[in-house]
Amino acid sequence: MADEKKTETQDKQMLMKGNEAVGEASIKAGCYCYFAYPITPQTETPEYLSKRMEEENRVFIQAESEVAAINMVFGASAAGVRVMTSSSSPGISLKQEGISYIAGAELPCVIVNVCRGGPGLGNIEASQADYFQSTRGGGHGDYRCIVLAPNSVQECYDMTLNAFDLADYYRMPVLIQSDGIIGQLVEPFQMHPYKPMFDKFPPKDWALTGCAGRKPNVVRTLYLNPANGLELLNRKLEQKYNKIKSELRWCETYNCDNADIIVIAYGASSRIAKSAIKKHNTNGTKIGMFRPKTLWPWPDVELVDIARKNKNVKFLVIEMSMGQMLEDVLLTLMDVVPKKNIYFYGMGGGWNPTPDSVYEKISEIMKK
Amino acid sequence: MNIVKSQPKSIIQDSTKYCPGCGHGIILRLIGEAIDELGIRERMILTAPVGCAVILYDYISCDVIECAHGRAPAVATALKRVHPDKFILLYQGDGDLAAIGTAEIVHAANRGENLSAIFVNNATYGMTGGQMAPTTLVGQKTTTSPFGRTIKGMGKPIRVCEMLSTLEETKYLERTSIHSVRNINKTKAAIRKIFQNQMNGIGFSMVEILSMCPVGWKVSPVEAVQFIEEQMLNYYPLGVYKNVE
Ligand SMILES: Cc1ncc(C[n+]2csc(CCOP(=O)(O)OP(=O)(O)O)c2C)c(N)n1
Repeated sequence: MADEKKTETQDKQMLMKGNEAVGEASIKAGCYCYFAYPITPQTETPEYLSKRMEEENRVFIQAESEVAAINMVFGASAAGVRVMTSSSSPGISLKQEGISYIAGAELPCVIVNVCRGGPGLGNIEASQADYFQSTRGGGHGDYRCIVLAPNSVQECYDMTLNAFDLADYYRMPVLIQSDGIIGQLVEPFQMHPYKPMFDKFPPKDWALTGCAGRKPNVVRTLYLNPANGLELLNRKLEQKYNKIKSELRWCETYNCDNADIIVIAYGASSRIAKSAIKKHNTNGTKIGMFRPKTLWPWPDVELVDIARKNKNVKFLVIEMSMGQMLEDVLLTLMDVVPKKNIYFYGMGGGWNPTPDSVYEKISEIMKK
Repeated sequence: MNIVKSQPKSIIQDSTKYCPGCGHGIILRLIGEAIDELGIRERMILTAPVGCAVILYDYISCDVIECAHGRAPAVATALKRVHPDKFILLYQGDGDLAAIGTAEIVHAANRGENLSAIFVNNATYGMTGGQMAPTTLVGQKTTTSPFGRTIKGMGKPIRVCEMLSTLEETKYLERTSIHSVRNINKTKAAIRKIFQNQMNGIGFSMVEILSMCPVGWKVSPVEAVQFIEEQMLNYYPLGVYKNVE
């Protein structure tokens, strides 16, 4: 027992798949319930947690559908515990109904999307084509989700720990936008013990526990009066989202000072881009990278700062989709950078650009 | 004078927003009475459906969660797994339970969740204005079956008690009605029964209640009572469909 305690407080070097690291991090963060339905390429998470949840005496249910799974998340969150679900693109589409209700009821939860190719059944390869869906709401109504985008197994682990804290702190759904490559990737990482991100969390005094000794709690999203009801809720949500925009913009910058070209990419494509950039930089050119780690809120202030410092820089947006994050880049830079200095390279087939093809793209832009 | 009945403590108001002759007000009152008699108000978590009963938190003084259309069995499953010592009630209409949420109820029942379910069968979609439900009788006119429901193209009305009784993990299934005082009293007993089953950890228990929707059916409250007696009882026989102790 004593020895076990000791290891819990120390970093451990581990070798796992991204999807498994997400599962273990949820255990460490105190996730009490996990509900899911199998879909490639995320199935390792439910498989991993079917065992770990049982070992920890917590709740695992393989739901009858993604719709049921997200509604179980809704129930468990309302009951006051930490809860997670995971899925991949078509499954996340089914979860949108529930995500809208969870956002409307201001309940915390963690939702993992290991993206695959789409639309429709698409394919089971890695993709980033759910960017619009996760950053724009996805379900009906005026709401947002915090969206974290890992690009390594380490970040799968760390960001899952963070996601539970952010969800509780802001009382809202937090999405982890992984992809088929990051989810399936096996690489070593440091398994840090869980340390809360915040000193204090708001009390869960709204939780449904039976009304003994207090007034009944009602978890609801129906507000029939437009002026006194729904308008007030949406104003309150807007304020919360603005607060998050000012407090939570994560990004990684690499080699951006005085760069000729800055590649903007997240998730799997950022790793591919980095290989190409490194190869270029040995040839005497200077290529940088800007990687959003929060897809919502988008790190706009940080990118504008970089663009202001270097008037001649060109940007190359790389996505495993047909130009979704590109819209955020254009919105962010529209007053700072001429549109002709922003280039795009995207793949839509549920596959990835290669370091060589990115290298070529950069070379083309250098010649212009 | 002897006071025979007074307002249950769990009931918030004595008047409701329901249409004249609607069954929801009666059923909510019965739930309130049963909660009081069993002394479980402070251990209840009610699920509100989409449909006319969504506003049940305006009438019953317990913790409540409002669920998406048809999804209450999934929500309730999680609530019960987190709080096994609390009483979780499903309250669903026929559109909710037998159309959009068929998968959720079948699988919650099949998992043998220790839940109490009330299924209100008024043979129509009340809240949206009287459209055809899976339980609408053959020949019955609704706003989306203006010439009367036909079997060809619309199928036969679904008998939910009979359907769920094929699942081995369902423990108690009864169909009652509220079209007369005698039947209201039987319904009350059935509601107590499904609560008691949850209390004793027996497993999934449901009462299906035939209920009036005069406005949806476009008849008077008196004719609505007659409709249940003369039409619905033939197709939906009352009685206990399953009782595993
Ligand atoms: C996803 C979704 N689809 C449709 C609706 C619209 N809607 C609200 S109530 C209702 C019918 C409810 O009928 P039932 O469950 O039979 O309950 P009743 O109103 O008759 O008591 C519908 C279709 C909705 N709220 N959500």
